Amino acid sequence: MMKSKLSRSFSQMKQFNLLGLLLLLLSGCYGEDKGSLSANSVIYCAEGSPESFNPQTVTSGTTIDAISYQLYDRLISFQTKDNEIGPSLAKSWHVTRDGKMITFYLRKDVSFHQTDYFTPTRSLNADDVLFSFNRLLDPGHNFHFVSGGKYPFFQSVGFSSLVDDIEKINDYTVRFKLSRADSSFLANLATDFAVILSAEYAGQLAAEDNHQKIDLLPVGTGPYKFKEYRVGSLIRYYRHENYWRDQVAIEQLVYDITPSKTGRLTKLLANECDVIAYPVAHEKITEHANLTLEAVTSFNVSYLGFNTQKPPFDNKLVRQAIAYAINKQAIIDAIYFGHAEVAKSLLPASSWAHDRSIAGHGFSISKAKALLAQAGYPDGLTMDIWALPVQRAYNPNALTTAKLIQADLQQIGVTVNIVSNYEWSTFSRLLARGEHQAVLLGWSADHPDPDNFFTPILSCASMNTGNNRAFWCDPTFDNFLYQSLQTTNTRERKKHYAQALRILSEEVPLLPIAHSRRYQARHKNVQGELLHPFGGIDFSGVSKN
Amino acid sequence: MLVFIIRRLNLFFFTMLLLTLLTFSLSFLFPGDPLVNLSGQINATPQQLEQLKLAYRSEQDLIQQYFAYLSHLAEGDLGLSMASQTQITSEIINLLPATIELSLIALLLAMFVGIPLGFIAAVNHRKTADNIILSIAMLGYSVPVFWLGLVAILVFSIQLGWFPSAGQLSLVYEIEHVTGIQFIDILLSDSVYKWQAFRDASAHIVLPACVVATAPATIFIRLARSSMLAVLETHYIKAARAKGLTFRQIIFRHAVRNALLQIIRHIGLQFANLVTIAMITEVIFSWPGIGRWLIESIYQRDYTGIQSGLLVLSTFIFIVHILTDFIYAALNPLAREHNHGTS
Repeated sequence: MMKSKLSRSFSQMKQFNLLGLLLLLLSGCYGEDKGSLSANSVIYCAEGSPESFNPQTVTSGTTIDAISYQLYDRLISFQTKDNEIGPSLAKSWHVTRDGKMITFYLRKDVSFHQTDYFTPTRSLNADDVLFSFNRLLDPGHNFHFVSGGKYPFFQSVGFSSLVDDIEKINDYTVRFKLSRADSSFLANLATDFAVILSAEYAGQLAAEDNHQKIDLLPVGTGPYKFKEYRVGSLIRYYRHENYWRDQVAIEQLVYDITPSKTGRLTKLLANECDVIAYPVAHEKITEHANLTLEAVTSFNVSYLGFNTQKPPFDNKLVRQAIAYAINKQAIIDAIYFGHAEVAKSLLPASSWAHDRSIAGHGFSISKAKALLAQAGYPDGLTMDIWALPVQRAYNPNALTTAKLIQADLQQIGVTVNIVSNYEWSTFSRLLARGEHQAVLLGWSADHPDPDNFFTPILSCASMNTGNNRAFWCDPTFDNFLYQSLQTTNTRERKKHYAQALRILSEEVPLLPIAHSRRYQARHKNVQGELLHPFGGIDFSGVSKN
Repeated sequence: MLVFIIRRLNLFFFTMLLLTLLTFSLSFLFPGDPLVNLSGQINATPQQLEQLKLAYRSEQDLIQQYFAYLSHLAEGDLGLSMASQTQITSEIINLLPATIELSLIALLLAMFVGIPLGFIAAVNHRKTADNIILSIAMLGYSVPVFWLGLVAILVFSIQLGWFPSAGQLSLVYEIEHVTGIQFIDILLSDSVYKWQAFRDASAHIVLPACVVATAPATIFIRLARSSMLAVLETHYIKAARAKGLTFRQIIFRHAVRNALLQIIRHIGLQFANLVTIAMITEVIFSWPGIGRWLIESIYQRDYTGIQSGLLVLSTFIFIVHILTDFIYAALNPLAREHNHGTS
């Protein structure tokens, strides 16, 4: 009898324990009390991994989103309201009348990140500015070739031929001497790429002979400091306690790298992400009480680029024929669900240099057929289209876009093979080598100056760096861009850009397809501006309640 | 007992021999250069290739090559992952604990739910309770794990928002990787948010563990039921009943223990099944374990990864088998006296 009682009470105890365990487990999901870590942290579900932790060395939007505004500051920055250039690390600046000398006066209260691997002993001064720019300008600099010596943005805008010299006037004054006046120079300095690194940290790394770490273990002046990065999995940032602007509201910022779009949506709905990049199922998000969907009309363009060095696209008529045969509206309805506008030229309508008189190529099968016959392909031809393997704001689904174009071109007898089996880094490497025939790609502007739509992707200089995916170089076109940069008179600049756009419309090195909006979804308890019409996202003003 | 252990170790030795032979031959069966498949060095310079040829003795005959491969295995060198170019050994050491954690918790869950239910069914043989439990078992056994995982996410993560859908722990908690078993690492860490992290980790494991446990639990139900039924038919139970013991006494003092003995033998077998299910579940719940890694290796054509992952997982399962055999033998002296290793 005794034993049976014992075993009964034992089994009751076990039941009780199980119940307790279950309660403990259940309570885990309601653990959102005040003072808990998750209440002071923001998790951002990003679409991909960064390639580097130094914005100078990259152009990819994913990387810029991850690092540029979180870790670094620039000398000057764009104000969020009107996209005017305003002070940042430089509290003021002065441009001489000929536009060739620009003097920056630095703030004196800017401290660098203190991390596990670096403790700053001084605040920001002119040496840091000199180091940051000399690194990319001077091939003899001991850090120039550390990450391959490629500074794609600066090379594409011809930075090294523009800047003759950078001079340190005193500890807090720096002067840039330019070889010519360039009205986009200030805008270029305010982009995501023109960040200021720590010269002291670089000195420490050089002493340890650890040069390559400068782009892997970053030190900047930005609102967050680097803690850890697990490849393909997460980036962890902590608040920079001595940030020179307003105190940052959240303690920890985590990038959860989730390449799958449905995965990001699930994590948003299941409360595992506070903010997600490039959401799908917009209606599902808007009907949810705790979620909001935001959109900005981005300064971007998605295009079909032709490799003009390779047949058949070395023939202008073939390019024009293809341009007429593509139904852009159908692409916008199917791929962007109407959340985009048809691109008539390279520039979106919100740019001040946009010219209404340029109508672009309408959809006309008969014109396309005639042009193709005139080009010597009356029976059609076969071509490859390389589809961008990742989602971007400018093209959320390049593969489906390619399939739509494939169907369109079938009607004029052009057979399209879709190439989509490369992952992003291989894809962009092969593109830079010009191995493609035609490619579905796009461009997101780094700053509001219209020059940013032309020089980085279509100039002769960018052809040499491989960023000009059309491998198209036209001296007349380049000359219009050059002339426009010589003046600060907006009306005159607009005239030059209109000429440049006309050349593009005639030559079609690439066919603009759409200007999209960029979307982002978040929980309503996350507040603050994140998205800008151009450039990367910015978590410095974000708070959570 | 000694003979039994030697017999088992003998079996282990020959199985490992066959297993390594299989993985070794895989490097020839996969497309590409066998040397590259074995070492995972895809961008080797000519000098490195020469060194690799020496290290893997690839100029000599197959038997020599096989022994070179074995000596690399013995040193814990499984080559580089073709996809990430890191040491596979270190990747596996990082990932295997997460799989062990998930599988063990699922196994415990399956046992604690399945075995009592099976006993209840057996005690109520051919009654309503038995029928209900059997039909649940049948249903649970037939549901594909992939579908079950997705439905669990849909209902409990998205609709109800009770449990997270992915990962081992919310990314806000920074827990140092010591043993790789999340719960132990959390308890070892000196984070001020330790208990929050512990609760969060508990919430994370609920869905995947339940999904993994479903199929084995139904098997345990049926095993426990049939084994209990068999025990209830035996003479010593009849004797106990004749002695005038109450039904409860018979069940708890005699039947349960003897029925359990039969089930323990099957736990090892179930473990292989469980790990297979865990691999798929890891993919659905983004669980950072070896199964997900192995499936990704297959997608990425990471031949070195496939080969080594296969070897490590099979070895792991086999070791668990042998361990449960030992436990069974220790509990049941009769098993040790059998003459055949597989009885």
